[in-house]
Amino acid sequence: MIDVVKAFVIGGLICALVQILLERTKMMPGRVMVTLVVSGAILGWLGLYQPFVEWAGAGASVPLLGFGNTLWKGVSESLGEEGFLGIFKGGLTASAAGIAGALIFGYLGALMFRPKMKN
Amino acid sequence: MELNKDAYNQYVKGVTPQRSLWAAMGKAFVTGGCICTLGQLSVMGMTTFWGMEKETAMTWAQLELILLSVLFTGWNLYPKLVKWGGAGALVPITGFANSVVAPAVEYKDEGQVFGIGCKIFTIAGPVILYGIFTSWVLGILYWIGQMLGWLPV
Repeated sequence: MIDVVKAFVIGGLICALVQILLERTKMMPGRVMVTLVVSGAILGWLGLYQPFVEWAGAGASVPLLGFGNTLWKGVSESLGEEGFLGIFKGGLTASAAGIAGALIFGYLGALMFRPKMKN
Repeated sequence: MELNKDAYNQYVKGVTPQRSLWAAMGKAFVTGGCICTLGQLSVMGMTTFWGMEKETAMTWAQLELILLSVLFTGWNLYPKLVKWGGAGALVPITGFANSVVAPAVEYKDEGQVFGIGCKIFTIAGPVILYGIFTSWVLGILYWIGQMLGWLPV
């Protein structure tokens, strides 16, 4: 039960903080997402994000910061297993399900749905 | 016609809709919190009832959220959630999925390749590019650290 509360509060807090960034900088959503993924990778590299995910669960893994952390985690694990080549393989390997899922479901969605009129 | 700069700024300030930052943060908190809670409940369900590993369950939960987001985008509900919840709907993985499918649907009439194929990467492209590039640079830095003996191999 406490894990659900943690996920809600931590996930909510991350979003509320990013909302400040949105309001103050008028950043476009695309930029925000790139910023989050890059920050997540850096936080992972500093060794901060993985313990945070262990503690906050989905509250830390569902926001895009978690996606960046996954990229770094993949690189670091592959580097350990196969050396230098792993730096090239790890990122996409670790994020494969998420990226493929978004593209596959996104494509099926594009086939299924009609463009909406702007109101 | 020349317009006084101060007068202009005053005018812009006057016509820009005023929204309370606290209200926007509250909405983002609730929206983002709920999406993460859904992810957490899914993970807990899969680990408890199906005995799944936590890592595997997290990946499945991610796929589930992506699928839901695609459906909600197609039904024109996700844009409403973004309008209300702001960052709360953009920051989670569902916001990423929305940014993949929304332009693909929008431009599908321009064809399979230049419509759907290109536009599906409008946001996904930059996100994947900078994510992969950053993690590669960090990997190189880590590797250099190992070579110099500063970091464990």
